[in-house]
Amino acid sequence: MSLPIRVLLAKVGLDGHDRGVKVVARTLRDAGMDVIYTGLHRTPEEVVNAAVQEDVDILGVSLLSGAHMTICPKIMQLLKDKDAEDTIVVVGGVVPDEDVIPLKEMGVKELLLQDTTPKEIVARLEKLVRERGPR
Amino acid sequence: MSTLNKIDPTQLAKQLELWEETEVSAFLNKQPEREDAFYTLGGFPVKRTYTALDTKDIPIDDIGLPGQYPYTRGPYPTMYRSRYWTMRQIAGFGTGEDTNNRFKYLISQGQTGLSTDFDMPTLMGYDSDHPMSDGEVGREGVAIDTLADMEALFDEIDLENISVSMTINPTAWILLAMYIALAKRRGNDLNKLSGTVQADILKEYIAQKEYIYPISPSVRIVRDCITYCAENMKRYNPINISGYHISEAGSSPLHEIAFTMANATTYVEEVVKTGMDVDLFAPRLAFFFVCQADFFEEIAKFRAARRVWAKIMKNQFGAKKAESMRLRFHCQTAAASLTKPQYKVNIMRTTVQALAAVLGGAQSLHTNGMDEAFAIPTEEAMKIALRTQQVIADETNVANVIDPLGGSYFLENLTTQYETKIFEILEEVKEKGGTIKLIEEGWFQKHIADFAYETALKKQDGQKPVIGVNKYVEEDEKADIKTHPHDPTTADRQISRLQNVRATRDNDQIESLLNKLLEVAKDETKNIMPITIELVDAGATMGDIVEKLRTIWGTYRENPVF
Amino acid sequence: MPISSADLVARLKKGDLRAASRLMSRAESNDDETLSSLGAIYRAAGRAHIVGLTGVPGSGKSTLVSKLVETIRKDGRRVGIIAIDPSSPFSGGAILGDRIRMTNLVMDEGVFIRSMATRGSTGGLARSALTAVDILDAAGFDVVIIETVGVGQDEVEIAKASHSTLVVSAPGLGDDVQAIKAGILEIADIHVVSKCDRSDSNRTITDLKIMLAMGVNIAIKDRGGKPLWQVPVVGTSSETGEGIDTLIATLDRHRDVHRTTELGEERLRNIAEYRTFKTAEDLLRSRFYKSTNKRIQDVVEQIAKRELDPFTASNDLLKKIAF
Repeated sequence: MSLPIRVLLAKVGLDGHDRGVKVVARTLRDAGMDVIYTGLHRTPEEVVNAAVQEDVDILGVSLLSGAHMTICPKIMQLLKDKDAEDTIVVVGGVVPDEDVIPLKEMGVKELLLQDTTPKEIVARLEKLVRERGPR
Repeated sequence: MSTLNKIDPTQLAKQLELWEETEVSAFLNKQPEREDAFYTLGGFPVKRTYTALDTKDIPIDDIGLPGQYPYTRGPYPTMYRSRYWTMRQIAGFGTGEDTNNRFKYLISQGQTGLSTDFDMPTLMGYDSDHPMSDGEVGREGVAIDTLADMEALFDEIDLENISVSMTINPTAWILLAMYIALAKRRGNDLNKLSGTVQADILKEYIAQKEYIYPISPSVRIVRDCITYCAENMKRYNPINISGYHISEAGSSPLHEIAFTMANATTYVEEVVKTGMDVDLFAPRLAFFFVCQADFFEEIAKFRAARRVWAKIMKNQFGAKKAESMRLRFHCQTAAASLTKPQYKVNIMRTTVQALAAVLGGAQSLHTNGMDEAFAIPTEEAMKIALRTQQVIADETNVANVIDPLGGSYFLENLTTQYETKIFEILEEVKEKGGTIKLIEEGWFQKHIADFAYETALKKQDGQKPVIGVNKYVEEDEKADIKTHPHDPTTADRQISRLQNVRATRDNDQIESLLNKLLEVAKDETKNIMPITIELVDAGATMGDIVEKLRTIWGTYRENPVF
Repeated sequence: MPISSADLVARLKKGDLRAASRLMSRAESNDDETLSSLGAIYRAAGRAHIVGLTGVPGSGKSTLVSKLVETIRKDGRRVGIIAIDPSSPFSGGAILGDRIRMTNLVMDEGVFIRSMATRGSTGGLARSALTAVDILDAAGFDVVIIETVGVGQDEVEIAKASHSTLVVSAPGLGDDVQAIKAGILEIADIHVVSKCDRSDSNRTITDLKIMLAMGVNIAIKDRGGKPLWQVPVVGTSSETGEGIDTLIATLDRHRDVHRTTELGEERLRNIAEYRTFKTAEDLLRSRFYKSTNKRIQDVVEQIAKRELDPFTASNDLLKKIAF
């Protein structure tokens, strides 16, 4: 029996849009994954603490407030500080096209933005974990 | 030959049956219909066509006339023939000055009312220099920390001459206080001010999730806004009870209206508890709905909403004045229906939705920009959106006849279906313990999450066509859009003014007023508005006020349902 | 190259919490390296007070845990929480929703929260929950709380695996005392009635006391006939904080009774037996599935057609497997 993929879904900052993250939570559960949702209005510190304790395979950050270029660098740095760089970080929500490459350069593995279907999200996350291999 | 008023139902039923068996059948043999069954976006089944049979049991009084109870056909007897709906495009970004410029631009382009969007820190009660505000100052709306910011926001705008809407919720009372303080400084007559704060906190717990304190003190604040305005600001709407956000969070159109009505009823109950006569404050309760994509469903929905509200106000609350019973609403086209791929198609979506809003009798309308899925709108996007409304108003003549779809077999039937179902849900809410209890139990939220999930699955498998996304997809589409840029100097400029206010005000006075605020807050029977107006006038920041109250009220934490 | 489990164990013993969380993830596997590490961890553990906490959904468990831990922290003790939620029987996945109710603890360095799913493990408590307890124990945590779902079998399992078992009920969830309905009245060392600020809570407390007096739970006596432990009913309110100190004092008292009397020795032996059986069963099951699945597929057709029966087929299979 293979181990289920563990995912932390995080809402960071003041953004209260949770329609998408909740649909994703349900989708991932229905795909056999273990999902932990942080709830709204979390800080990068709280989220990374949780990601480390839960030793999640994937940290999914949902952002629709435009604050991704402030929040993501903080998260990536904190993961590094806590010796958790092997956590796969993905970003969902609303991100302008010109920020995609900078985000990837700072270590975000995938952007799963509007119009990504539930099926695609599952497929891409499973692929990322497969490619990472055992740890 | 029978005319409309002499239709024999049995005869008509036979005729219908015959038609199905002959003409329809013949056609179906050559070409089947596209689906086995057709439904509205909200899940209501729709027939091939509707006849007098589908309206024969509707009481003629339920349909009525415009401006007459139950206001199905419109709150006013002359509607757009006297005055078009207010064209109210929302604006807000950067500092007060930045948004002030956009306000002036929109007014120059023919906009007839102002609507303000605030940044996340302002919406959530944080000063611009609070750690939680990092990266968010002036980004999705205008940053307001102090009265000085309000002064910049409304520079050269005569508040007595243009109505101002402020889209703000947990901190609505503070923004309202600032608005009042500003008007007072300018010598305006408070009774001449026209406008609104959204202030609908219950829908925040259910849908938009902008909240600070637990439910009880938050509802008290809304109650205070309503009673204060009833006594001091005759033309002001102290609340916009909203369904828009409930719909955008994923609900069906039926739930949008039903849940809004549940919230509205709760607010009225709260204010009535203070002893205020319902006819004193109900006239100024306003609503805010979305206009979604299913054209006729939305029109039926609006008509049903008006009828439901009128009946609730009359039968449940004993309202006597027409103004207390006639529902007036602001409308916004559905942001959730807009796409990133082939974004110009959004203009067409918005046009059709705007038309439905007008045919549905909205009092005020915001049409979304085509760049909605990318960022907050550019001037160009807002101009096109505004022109959309102007074309409808000036070139189509739809505004010349009131409720032109009234009497349509389909529409009246669907309106009545909606009304019936809305009342059923309200009954269910009552039986299960009331709005607030069900919010705490996540009942509304579960319905919303379920419909949102179903919608996502329907989009995924193509059952819900979305052009550009799952139909007529352009694989090699290159993005050519110029979006509204965020000015990186915003936070510094804003914080600079904030610090200046803090440095130049009388801090002892602020301290003393904040303590007074706590006393008022602890006494349920006192109105929180006067002390808040004093505070903002003295230079208190939003954060000062919010944090002080947090010490007694705490913070709300939701238990999410999926 | 991933770091070896042996290295992680060495780090764990020094209190490295990153090692702890990684070991918890690896603890699922049944390869020799993992089992050997788990063995080392088990031997290094034994200091912590293990508290099992269960109660029906709606009893306010998570909020209670959150308040309890916040208070325990005041005297400097470090607390680990293993929060278990049910897996979907259809998809095998789960939404683990306990952590979100403990936001006040997330930034406390002396608290470690790990969420896990039951994952439909036959017999309730997943092995991973128990190894997670060992891991936190070995890392130096003073108290480790296992918080479970409250339906199904896992709460009975919890009693077998912990030093002290708390059963939480709440007023207003129905007429009968739910602990009885769920069949977990007897497993409690301490009964807790949450939401004590409610006026109907007294009724719940009284009901429980009556059931306990009437029921199977006789006070355990020492050789001299003196009762070593009588199951108390403690009322708490997470809102007002009422009863929390009493609950902690009661827990500490139970721990002390446990550590200083033969009651405790017996308990430890029972836990050891339970864990060994469980681990053996687990290994057995896993090896069985590994070697059997294909073989069953080969004969499924015949069994479906009733040319072969499950009884004969199973016996054959068992003979073929080396355990």
